[in-house]
Amino acid sequence: MSLAGKRILVAKPGLDGHDIGAKIITLALRDAGADVIYTGLRKSPDYIARVAVDEDVDALGLSILSGSHHELLAQTRTELAARDAADIKIFVGGTIPPQDHQALIDAGAARIFTSEMTIDHVLAELELALTETA
Amino acid sequence: MATTLRPENAAAAAPSFSTPSGIEVPAVVGPEQVNPESIGVPGEAPFTRGIFPDGYRGRRWTMRQYSGFGSAEESNERYRFLLGRGQTGLSVALDLPTQCGYDPTDPIAVAEVGKVGVSLSNLSEMEILFRDIDLSAISTSFTINGTAAIILAMYIAAADKAGVPRAALTGTIQNDILKEYVARGTWIFPVKPSMRLVADSILFANEQTPRFNPISIAGAHVRDAGCTAAEEIAYTLCNGIAYVDELLRRGGDIDRFAKRLSFFFYVHMDFFEEIAKFRAARRIWARLIQGHYGAVDKKSALFRFGVVCGGSSLTAAQPLNNVVRVGIENMAAILGGAQSVFTCAYDEAFQIPTEQSAELALRTQQIVADESGIANTVDPLGGSYFVEYLTDSMEAQIDAIMTEIADYGGAVKAIEDGYIQMRLARSARVKKNQTDSGERVVVGVNKYASEEEAVQVGEVFKLDPGMRNSVIDKFNAVRDQRDNAAAERSLELLGRAADGEDENLMPYLVDCCHAYATVGEMVTTLKDRWGEFQEPPLRG
Repeated sequence: MSLAGKRILVAKPGLDGHDIGAKIITLALRDAGADVIYTGLRKSPDYIARVAVDEDVDALGLSILSGSHHELLAQTRTELAARDAADIKIFVGGTIPPQDHQALIDAGAARIFTSEMTIDHVLAELELALTETA
Repeated sequence: MATTLRPENAAAAAPSFSTPSGIEVPAVVGPEQVNPESIGVPGEAPFTRGIFPDGYRGRRWTMRQYSGFGSAEESNERYRFLLGRGQTGLSVALDLPTQCGYDPTDPIAVAEVGKVGVSLSNLSEMEILFRDIDLSAISTSFTINGTAAIILAMYIAAADKAGVPRAALTGTIQNDILKEYVARGTWIFPVKPSMRLVADSILFANEQTPRFNPISIAGAHVRDAGCTAAEEIAYTLCNGIAYVDELLRRGGDIDRFAKRLSFFFYVHMDFFEEIAKFRAARRIWARLIQGHYGAVDKKSALFRFGVVCGGSSLTAAQPLNNVVRVGIENMAAILGGAQSVFTCAYDEAFQIPTEQSAELALRTQQIVADESGIANTVDPLGGSYFVEYLTDSMEAQIDAIMTEIADYGGAVKAIEDGYIQMRLARSARVKKNQTDSGERVVVGVNKYASEEEAVQVGEVFKLDPGMRNSVIDKFNAVRDQRDNAAAERSLELLGRAADGEDENLMPYLVDCCHAYATVGEMVTTLKDRWGEFQEPPLRG
């Protein structure tokens, strides 16, 4: 299995400043051969969608630990759709209560990743999801 | 038939034992591994055994639960509930717009209004938050950094309006901007103007609110992000040195401000290492303040700290296990000599605590305080061969990391360059890899995990969905009703003072608060002049 050559954007939408998870994933993806861009903190869904399109990414990871995952996923999807980029796979990671997972999947997230999952599991799921057709 | 593990087999199979910071743990420690001179007596340098001669007999620790969410009205209600149940101090959590300096109507802020804490966008909200609570009778802790100077000014303005003398205010404001650049992320301005605001607020508070702790230098967030206990203490003490240097540069008197510096850490699960890190930290700080900076007042050298138990040591899997973890961590905090303790609720790993789980977290502390007996004698572990050995070993490791950062050019440079951020990312990856591989055991996650996950553990607290609109409505109403000319004038004066470099900005911020200028307006006024912090590139 390999993520070599895949282009992935890891983003921190909203005001949440907990970035160590996003950084660990970024570094792990880089080690797995992916071409990764990390946005840094406090980015708007508009900015994130713009970067995702400009950089022609295969996948977009949203790292959210503030509880605003429903709103931020919806806003990001809207911004991507406005740029004809609804096909970019979106992954949501962070502090996501179990009872919210299905709602996020229904709202268009390809997978939900939480801190208790192993890095190997996250990478394998991500790779698998990228082979799935919407 | 039961199999007996024979000693020689056990020894052969045993892995090498070490603490999470990498200190070797011998099977048995004897007196030859302890330096008796570094132990001393409680209340005297080197303060290994605590900062008070009578430990917790003179004064028990403050039980300070972190809470606050949604509107000021809801938070006020929760505070009065907790005070009624015997809590002895209030701790205010602020929402992210307030922490990052945005008004609740700002497009980037709207999704986060009232989410992780209360929205305090102007003085009117602060007045609601403390309605029917006597500000002179409680100690309040604010977890706020990027906008700490503004929130302190607002608290002072609220006291002014309530007729409470400023000198009667007690509590703590976190106000530790340096660690925000490394973890937690609620920075606003570049490092240098941020350091000015920190110094302004400390010097102003020393004069106007002498019983209030104007900074709590915090290692907790860096620790929770994944560094070791030794790194947590080392980074925090390096930040402490940076603030002391800045205060001295601004003409502060070490014997005036040092006694109001306080600290804040996490307690995680390695029981003895956590105890040892606090004993070592007390020694190092006293040596710095007395030896390096030449303070003469003994109080200046006292390393006072609060702790939080839980955080990333808690798990979403098998959440009731967290009750036990927090209990163990709470005991380590007390055996380490903490002045205040916050115990996380067991459901905090995945939701805002319910009233039931918040109450259990407080009861945990009360059981430790009133039933366990561990606080009845001062430093009951003092003189334990192992604890003293571990304290010495932690001190050596912390000193080595501090020397590395000093050699790099100090905390400010190391943070501006992203050097500490890189060190943290590396440690966090090591910890994650150790957890993934099972080398670091987390019960319920990588050992004894359940097949079936119980998702619901109790009632789930739900934020009032109409809350955001009501916060925004109140915000607009305050802006409509205030004297706009006065608010604009106060902001103009703030801006003019910020253009120069000599004036303390705090009196201007207090005036802005009195005029009902908003947090967003004050921050924008300063941002227009100072710009925003730019994150260094990610290195790992």
